[in-house]
Amino acid sequence: MIKILMKVSGMRLLAENLSARRGEDLIFTDISFTLGAGESLVLTGRNGSGKSTLLRVVAGLLRPETGRVAWTAESAESGMRAAEACHYLGHRNAMKAELTVFENLAFWKDFLGDTEDGKGIPPGEAADAVGLGGIIHLPFGYLSAGQQRRMAFAKLLVAYRPVWILDEPTAALDVSAEGVFTGLIKLHLATGGIVLAATHQPLGLENARELRMTGFAGVAEGRW
Amino acid sequence: MTALLLRDLKLSVRAGGGALIGVLFFMTVVAVIPFGVGPDLNLLSRIGPAIVWIGALLSALLGLDRLFQTEREDGSLDLLLMQEHPLVLTVLVKCLAHWLGNGLPLVIASPLLGLFMNMDEVAIGATMLTLLVGTPALTFIGAVGAAVAVALPRGGLLVSILVLPLAIPVLIFGVSASYAAVEDPAPFLPPFLILVAITMFFAVLGPLGAALALRNAGD
Repeated sequence: MIKILMKVSGMRLLAENLSARRGEDLIFTDISFTLGAGESLVLTGRNGSGKSTLLRVVAGLLRPETGRVAWTAESAESGMRAAEACHYLGHRNAMKAELTVFENLAFWKDFLGDTEDGKGIPPGEAADAVGLGGIIHLPFGYLSAGQQRRMAFAKLLVAYRPVWILDEPTAALDVSAEGVFTGLIKLHLATGGIVLAATHQPLGLENARELRMTGFAGVAEGRW
Repeated sequence: MTALLLRDLKLSVRAGGGALIGVLFFMTVVAVIPFGVGPDLNLLSRIGPAIVWIGALLSALLGLDRLFQTEREDGSLDLLLMQEHPLVLTVLVKCLAHWLGNGLPLVIASPLLGLFMNMDEVAIGATMLTLLVGTPALTFIGAVGAAVAVALPRGGLLVSILVLPLAIPVLIFGVSASYAAVEDPAPFLPPFLILVAITMFFAVLGPLGAALALRNAGD
């Protein structure tokens, strides 16, 4: 365990002066943060305050209006995009309903590959870890919304990425599944990972920093 | 990358995949022509290669809009965009998988449809060969249209319209090479080689354009 921590201690996710635009308006401005190994940041705020937008900017899926996101690690080659070190769990599960859970997980394991800092676990074990080991042979479309969410989470385990970007990870989940997720997130942090999550429910993480988003920086005072 | 190829192939033959739909549409288009034109065997065999090519072109356009749209709808596209692999390569592999799943069945079905059109063996062989060489170009061209229209709901017709002007040269040289194989004075090789060149040209340009469009489609 100590060896792992030492190996990854040089990791840093850095965001500088980020602002992003949705349509005409700036939805947030000048957000900066630095996350090192084992640190987490929880985004809170009401609907439409820009939590998801910020996560998509960090994941490299949206171009920020100003600022930059950078990733530094000992194993990182120069010019590596921050997105390559990230897992992104969005609102949609990124799994094919026609394929079985095993095929989905095996595909992502193969396609995503591991970064140099760690290893993913086989699909069967990942499904066990989210508490659904027995139904890995079923087509993904047959599962309930909560089960689908759990399996989407299992995707984070099959390939290793130091940074987890989670957008409402606990949507559609029951209390026990929330507990399972919290456990997995804590384990990831304990082994030197970084977690960036947007959520309405408290995830129960100690030492998590919180960033409260207010939304529409430019037009908050506007009157209709 | 092999994983992506295999997954897309699996998806194309599972329920909701486009492989069978394309072939059925191809058969429908070509099979109604003899009924519409009438039992004039000489006329049928003369227009045969053109009809088979038009049918193949339309069926190839049919499933193209789903190339990236399904990925976007379930969120997989985000993950494909984030990876270390060059996006161009990802798009190229998706195109290859799409062609193997949707284009190749058309090529395999074409000799049967050639019989409907009273084409002789040489004409059938030439049409099949030109389709084999030409349909990949349709997929590569279509990938650009599919990438541009990825965020649009019901972008299917738009994709076809965007792509059609670029697909016309493929049709022209495909059909003229097929005719050249049957009619004596016209040489077969020049139009055939131009068709090969078009396919290779778009095999480079198509994935590049599609990757660029996907990167900028972010929302």
